[in-house]
Amino acid sequence: MEQKVAVSRKEHFNAAHRLFCADWSDAENKRVFGACSNPNYHGHNYELVVQVIGYPDPQTGFVINTKDLSILVEKEVIARFDHKNLNLDTDAFKNLNPTAENIARVIYDFLRPNISASLELKIRLYETERNFVDYPA
Amino acid sequence: MVYLTRVEHFNAAHKLANPNWTKEKNEEVFGVCANENWHGHNYELFVTIKGKPDADTGFLFDVKKLSVIIRKYVIDELDHKNLNIDVPFMQGQMCSTENLALAIWKQLAPHIPSVVQLHSIKLYETPRIYVEYFGE
Repeated sequence: MEQKVAVSRKEHFNAAHRLFCADWSDAENKRVFGACSNPNYHGHNYELVVQVIGYPDPQTGFVINTKDLSILVEKEVIARFDHKNLNLDTDAFKNLNPTAENIARVIYDFLRPNISASLELKIRLYETERNFVDYPA
Repeated sequence: MVYLTRVEHFNAAHKLANPNWTKEKNEEVFGVCANENWHGHNYELFVTIKGKPDADTGFLFDVKKLSVIIRKYVIDELDHKNLNIDVPFMQGQMCSTENLALAIWKQLAPHIPSVVQLHSIKLYETPRIYVEYFGE
């Protein structure tokens, strides 16, 4: 039986954000989100790993053409998020807290319709070198 | 002479925009870095001191104490802040990595004990972009 192979593409974007809940007071936001709720924002170098899993095509040997994947990630994710304020400049986080968890889910939703249904898709997002999330888990 | 480096990090928002220029001029010079609503980075800071190891301890300087100094005078001022708005020692300056490295040197220099010398500030804005300042 042929085995599945995972192909990953790394990209990165630099963005500002702020974590807060609009229904809460400044004090409550500070208590829950700490320095991350700074009203003047802070920022990160996000590292994104997009993983596509499936059977290599018998003719090309590819699970997915990584150049095509790179172009897709650039168009659907990097163009939207790079050098942006996630809270102010993106539609996705107008009413959604831009935590690493939510950013990974949003990225998945951007990419999923553009990748063959026969392939699995996994998102790993590093907010810092030490903090990263995986979706779906 | 031995060189000792302590690495610290901070996450901050900033923008590159000269207040004396038009929006168009800023976008022409600074590109996406001029975004009015800010963007941000994970900065990595390398502080290097130099000197001779102490005969009794074998240490150039207690690196834990160096860390406390860097945290007090630099990291606490910069981490999770907006460099343009929240940082007193960056007021009136362009928040480029170059200027930030110079400002960090000025912040630290008075607090480095005289038994050692501050040798360099190396500041990474991204894993691919960094500046170095040697106090010259």
